[in-house]
Amino acid sequence: MSRFILKRLLVLIPTLWAVITLVFFLVRAAPGGPFDAERAPPPEAIAALEAKYNLNASLGEQYRDFLSDLVLRGDLGPTFKYPGRTVNEIIADSLPVSMHLGVLAMLFALAVGVPLGIVGATRHNTYKDTLAMSVAMIGISIPRFVLAPLLILLFGLGLYWLPVARWETWRHMVLPVICAGLPTAAYIARLTRGGMLDVIRSDFVRTARAKGLSERMIILRHTLKGGLLPVVSFLAPGFSALLVGSLVVERIFNIPGMGRYFVEAATNRDYNIVMGITLVYGSLLMVLNAVVDIAYAWLDPRVKLE
Amino acid sequence: MTQPQQPSEEKAAPAPVDSLPAVEGPTAAAQPTGPAGAGRSATLWKDAWRRLRKNRAASVSAAILLATLLACILVPEFSQYRYDQANLNLGATAPSWAHWMGTDDYGRDLMARVFFGGRISFAVGVIATLVSFFIGVSWGGIAGYFGKRIDGVMMRLVDVMYTFPFLILVILLMLFFANKGGWLHRGFTSLLGLFVSDAKDPSYFPVFQICFVFAALGSISWLTMARIVRGQVIALREQPFVEAARSIGVGHAGIIFRHLLPNALGPIIVYTTLTIPQIMLTEAFLSFLGLGTQEPLASWGLLAAAGAETMDLYPWALVFPALMLAITLFCFNHLGDGLRDALDPKIRKD
Repeated sequence: MSRFILKRLLVLIPTLWAVITLVFFLVRAAPGGPFDAERAPPPEAIAALEAKYNLNASLGEQYRDFLSDLVLRGDLGPTFKYPGRTVNEIIADSLPVSMHLGVLAMLFALAVGVPLGIVGATRHNTYKDTLAMSVAMIGISIPRFVLAPLLILLFGLGLYWLPVARWETWRHMVLPVICAGLPTAAYIARLTRGGMLDVIRSDFVRTARAKGLSERMIILRHTLKGGLLPVVSFLAPGFSALLVGSLVVERIFNIPGMGRYFVEAATNRDYNIVMGITLVYGSLLMVLNAVVDIAYAWLDPRVKLE
Repeated sequence: MTQPQQPSEEKAAPAPVDSLPAVEGPTAAAQPTGPAGAGRSATLWKDAWRRLRKNRAASVSAAILLATLLACILVPEFSQYRYDQANLNLGATAPSWAHWMGTDDYGRDLMARVFFGGRISFAVGVIATLVSFFIGVSWGGIAGYFGKRIDGVMMRLVDVMYTFPFLILVILLMLFFANKGGWLHRGFTSLLGLFVSDAKDPSYFPVFQICFVFAALGSISWLTMARIVRGQVIALREQPFVEAARSIGVGHAGIIFRHLLPNALGPIIVYTTLTIPQIMLTEAFLSFLGLGTQEPLASWGLLAAAGAETMDLYPWALVFPALMLAITLFCFNHLGDGLRDALDPKIRKD
């Protein structure tokens, strides 16, 4: 087991390196530079700026410097558009907010989705099942940027219950978390139901029922563990999709998370921020995937590690 | 290395890998040389068709989808307004007899825009899905069939791409395309110049941009398809009918594309149906960020995103496109579920 974990984690390093390298060259190959503006500054000024940020060096040198700074000192360099701020500072400020939103939304999604899925599976083909799955289907079919204004209109501007922007007290968090988590909850409900329906028909559940276990015990002890397997494998892609989806939520609710830099940095050609986001987001994704693989092996004894 | 520890959409995939051969095996083995789909195996499709028609949610969904598609094709043709015909004196008006869905800020008829936008949304969904279909099916088929080192390398690559921050990639690719006359644009122009005589006309640029969205979305969403197909092919490739085909001298390509893939069609169809709504949703998401469809063209995502901004002033600008988008996605998902139930051999047992 520990060898498997180690191996799985070691593979991450070359993968991450490949992603970083690809993005490094891609973003520099993109047309336009960081100092293009509506009114073009004089060429001397651009040259001075490029010299300051080491952009006049050859691509190979830039790449070497970038990697050595990153590996040796964990330094992602200065930003181009936010004078005086480093990429490390920007990430340190915004990442915790995004993660906070993401984790709360994921917990909300699990808290809503799993019970909904259990109801669907245990009351299979009854009106409760149909109702639960219809709700889930609607949740999947409504984009977050439509859901958000509807929630704002209802709870913020209509009923005056909750604030509709910023990220301060728990009251600020309610609407964004619901908005970010609901589509994921819908997905989880469907996966839970499907997974449990698969397990409910299996022999060991019949055995459990035959030896007289209560229906409640059967669900909690036997079907739930197996039925949650698809949910577990969904957690990594689901969480990354949630983080991407939160981008919309952050924008609408004016939350100071990492989301705004995703698009902004790329359109500004702020190379270092793009690299920082790639690094953070990419490694998050990879670690999550690895963790899920390991959890999967632990939950399902049939999965062979080698 | 390529065994089940992969992060596993495979596990959540429509038809479990181990359940298909039990049904497909004897069917195909009964007539080893013929391509599947002929003879007895036709009953599998007839069965599935009957089951699908009995599933009311799925058939109603299919009917609604067809009606929507027809409306998207016909309404812009026969409407007295064009999707980009502005009337600044009119401005935004509520739904009325003249404009059934109202008008937007520029006085453009919303109904014409919504159904025109539907064309783009549908086209993005279908074309990008086709791109992902072709890449995913061939990739998974080849990897599963050859196995060993080829499989290892190909699926390792899929694993790596799974963890790739795709949004960053799409944003970067959109940057490449955003400037007129860049190499990507020139490439597209010369490619389309073969079919369209005035492809160099700058007014075509937004159209190219959308084509590019198709390709970009398609080329990033084939990974799960590749995994599903690979699982199916691995389960099928040791079957006697494959050996029979090989013994009469059918080549690798023939075995993969004429014998293995048709037998794996069920899960492929289901997953394809479920990919379309996902891609439409992603297009809407990109449009919201300003990276997808561009004004004055329209897609449901773009219209809904624009409507969401002015929702408290003109709710109809949000309601109609969002409703169309939601209904369409809802129906595609229902249809996909219905197809899964119809084609999933596991349920056939009881």
